[in-house]
Amino acid sequence: MLDVQKIIEDVTQVYGKSRTALMPILQAVVKERNYLEDKEMIAVAKALDLSPAEVFGTASFYTFLDTVPRGKYCIRVCKTISCHMAGKDEIIKALEDTLRIKVGETTVDKQFTLMTANCLGWCHKGPVMLINDEVYPELTPQRAIEIVNGYRRENAG
Amino acid sequence: MEIENTRPKRVDFIFNKEGIDPLKVVEKTIQRNPDDIILDMIDSGLKGRGGAGFPTGLKWKFTKNEDSPVKYVICNADEGEPGTFKDREILDQVPEKVFSGLSICGYTVGAREGFIYLRGEYNFLLKSLNEKLKRFNDGLKKMGLDFTIQMRSGSGAYICGEESALFESMEGYRGEPRNKPPYPTVAGYLGKPTAINNVETLVYACMICQFGPEKFREIGTRDSRGSKVFSVSGDTPKAGIHELELGMTVQQFVEEFGDGDTKAVQVGGASGGCVPRKNFKDTIIGYEGIPTGGSMMLFNSSRSMYNVLHDYLEFFTEESCGQCTPCRVGCQQLLKGIEAVKRGERPPAYLEDLKKLAATMKLSAKCGLGQSVANPFVSIVNNFREEIIY
Repeated sequence: MLDVQKIIEDVTQVYGKSRTALMPILQAVVKERNYLEDKEMIAVAKALDLSPAEVFGTASFYTFLDTVPRGKYCIRVCKTISCHMAGKDEIIKALEDTLRIKVGETTVDKQFTLMTANCLGWCHKGPVMLINDEVYPELTPQRAIEIVNGYRRENAG
Repeated sequence: MEIENTRPKRVDFIFNKEGIDPLKVVEKTIQRNPDDIILDMIDSGLKGRGGAGFPTGLKWKFTKNEDSPVKYVICNADEGEPGTFKDREILDQVPEKVFSGLSICGYTVGAREGFIYLRGEYNFLLKSLNEKLKRFNDGLKKMGLDFTIQMRSGSGAYICGEESALFESMEGYRGEPRNKPPYPTVAGYLGKPTAINNVETLVYACMICQFGPEKFREIGTRDSRGSKVFSVSGDTPKAGIHELELGMTVQQFVEEFGDGDTKAVQVGGASGGCVPRKNFKDTIIGYEGIPTGGSMMLFNSSRSMYNVLHDYLEFFTEESCGQCTPCRVGCQQLLKGIEAVKRGERPPAYLEDLKKLAATMKLSAKCGLGQSVANPFVSIVNNFREEIIY
């Protein structure tokens, strides 16, 4: 269970109770659970003395601060030009096949969400993907599947 | 400098760890008068390495001259330009040099707090950066410098690399750029005078303080002093990071890095310009020609420039913050426009209308994102018109 009060407490101890703490708090919540629920944004708003609309407005601006449910592992495949030329389409196809979802969807067991992202900064080693904060450059379709299988095993064991 | 057809000269400043202790550079430099440090920076000819190329010494001077008890210095590590990955490599390999440059900047302008705004995509670097930063901050404390550096993270928004959007983000708001002026040196983070520098710029600042401005200014050209870290990608057998002397032509670059069949080079990332083969010889990579934040993407004959442009426009459409109409609507219309021309729903002459729209965006968009969409659009449409149409 995600304890948003504890996160707020921890973060505001470092950053103070001002609005500058907002991004760090939201980032800390997303680090725990990959997306923000309304009740959490309301709790954050209360703690920082803001309107919940302000918190939602900020969160919804940022690609990594999702406000809709995401899986335990967010896969982001870079789709910008260098990775495009290096074959990101095949990587996405392989991931769609193994996860049996399309880009933008989450698996029924809520484990994986497949997304695309703009330039991840690995243009010399594309195609590349992020799974949560971990980066996986120089992908082949086979390797992408193996990496996902690794996460599956970790989860089962 | 005479432009001869020689190979680009390799330089090894940034990643070289020999003969330099970043903490000692700070210790040595803070014995000096801030005005002397600024003079050295101006004298070196160092210009910001993030892409915009503002003279670093002047930026520091303006910030120092502001009369305010609270000032900030920030390292912009929100490297998001497609084709750029040098800042990640620098922060991974020589982070202490970045901390050193930022501390010197802080001392020079009179700031007590410094921040490194790292893009969310590079969160995997955070743990090690925080550990090294802690040691570095302890070192600063030991030498009696009242200055500390903290990390801040982005959350996946390209626009936050724009300095005023970055301040908004750090302040807990949507990353929407502000009107300028006032410039950051007058009113930046939390409305205070702020010197914000790119990662690579700070490393050069550290090196200039260690080895003197002469060492830096003796290479490069009159308008583009020194060297620069290039991020090379696309159709090249030598993809990766290369530090090169400034002042080479695209031709020289292509001879070194091309695959023998290069038809175009995108200089400066998606927001930069596309140089076609016929212009390779006459185009200098630098402030006298085509400036770059370091992104160099090579395309060979097998690539469709329509696809390249389509990719860029999709990128801008998604990354536009949506605040001002020229950019929000303009990006979408340019994208829809080339799609319509490609499908034959619009005549080829429609491209002229789209170019007018791009010119309007350049003139009226609020920030650099919207203003620079015209760069790739016009250069690709002009030089590869038939590929866009057929």
